[in-house]
Amino acid sequence: MNLLKLLDKMCPDTNSPEEKDLFFSRREAFRQFGDMSKKVAMAAVPLGILSALPKVAKADTASLIGVLNFALTLEHLEYRYYQMGIEAGVIDNADLAIFTKIRDHELAHVDFLKEVIANVLMGTPVPEPDFDFTAGGNFMPFSDYPTFLALSQAFEDTGVRAYKGQAGNVMENGVVLTAALAIHSVEARHASMVRRLRTKKGQDDVKGWITNASIGTLPAATQPIYAGEDNVTHGGVNVVNLTGIDAGAVAEGWDEPLSKEQVLGIASLFLA
Amino acid sequence: MKNELIKPKGLVKNANRRQFLKMGSLSVAAAGLIMVGCNDDIEDRGPKPGGEGVMLGSGDIGILNYAYALEQLEAAFYATVMQGSYFANASAEEKTIMGDLEKHERAHREFFKAALGNAAIADLEVDFSSIDFSSRTSVLMAAKTFEDLGVAAYNGAGQFIESVDYLLIAGKIVSVEARHAAAIRDLINPGTADFAGDDLIDANGLERTLNFTEVLTAASSFVTTPIDFSQLPS
Repeated sequence: MNLLKLLDKMCPDTNSPEEKDLFFSRREAFRQFGDMSKKVAMAAVPLGILSALPKVAKADTASLIGVLNFALTLEHLEYRYYQMGIEAGVIDNADLAIFTKIRDHELAHVDFLKEVIANVLMGTPVPEPDFDFTAGGNFMPFSDYPTFLALSQAFEDTGVRAYKGQAGNVMENGVVLTAALAIHSVEARHASMVRRLRTKKGQDDVKGWITNASIGTLPAATQPIYAGEDNVTHGGVNVVNLTGIDAGAVAEGWDEPLSKEQVLGIASLFLA
Repeated sequence: MKNELIKPKGLVKNANRRQFLKMGSLSVAAAGLIMVGCNDDIEDRGPKPGGEGVMLGSGDIGILNYAYALEQLEAAFYATVMQGSYFANASAEEKTIMGDLEKHERAHREFFKAALGNAAIADLEVDFSSIDFSSRTSVLMAAKTFEDLGVAAYNGAGQFIESVDYLLIAGKIVSVEARHAAAIRDLINPGTADFAGDDLIDANGLERTLNFTEVLTAASSFVTTPIDFSQLPS
């Protein structure tokens, strides 16, 4: 993501040539540092300059920390799930590249959020919870590949809805919002991939996008993950009536948010 | 910060201007009107655009028009795909995907048009002459460009949206664009990590964002209507 490009939008609040020079040389230094740090965790570099952006001052830091800790909890869950799946050897070799990449992204999200919470917002990242991915003995995702895929889809689709539900709660901070959006779309890519993979394997007939509020062949316990996805009215416009396009396709075209409480209700099934 | 209309001095200086235009990077009226943040070395101001072309406007209306412009482009693309011989001979899976994407993008386009009402920009004229609609590769590569661009555009614009309701609507759409993008990329490179490739996603697991200038410059390869985005927020 081009967080560093935000630097280009910043203007020196001065008419003094010396101060302008100082501003631009600092901006350049930040940019070079960012470029250099691509291979290491560089979260603190672009975000560390947030104090210079006016939007930040307005933001309620405690509230931001709360939202990001909520996101971190979900990322912990996702990362641990894929890491355990890879370690267990449950994933088909042909699909290992896909799930290794997804695991890597989830780990990067964990590290990124921890970095932002601790070193930018000066808060305390939540520790990783203990998970029970069998949900009390109901699922065997690490010995049964179709179950592994089914829960993967459930977690990714939940993640998409969870981030979407928090966008409004971080919008006072443009950089945090942009980072959250940049994670949100990655989760959506994961979700699309896993959904299509399950259908290619004959385990379901879902598409990359969510049709109505259908859970497909997922366990009934996943119903809350898709509740409300059949909405076709946005900003007061009923898009089915407007366009004549079938409701299934219109529902596919808009993903719906979930509240923090709804998401935690879903996630709690997998907390030990 | 106030947006400024400036001449793309660096571009003009460093490249043959006519070639730059021929490459389709920007349409004629828009070429003189690149909006940037402040800069310390560019001060020339270009002229206001003429009567032709569209003006996206300012504030949330401007951003909705920006989204509307992109959705017009995507919808027109898939509508054309479905009339071409690639689609006619495509696999059942690819037919379903292309048919779905056409409906989703058309629904997005019509939604923005309705939401904007009188403030909506006019219909854009598109130019898909660089795409071979009989070629699977050409169509899929173009689809990948459009979908990845759409995601990066929404992700980049989010921070400028003032209304929480519009932000949520943009959020509802961007994840669907990301779902599309992943599917198209998987059709191109099946079974690989390309659906969420390192060309888009950095070491922090964050997808790229693009600003208004970058997105509209990329889009202008396929749009002949000049787009004035000088009033968009920054």
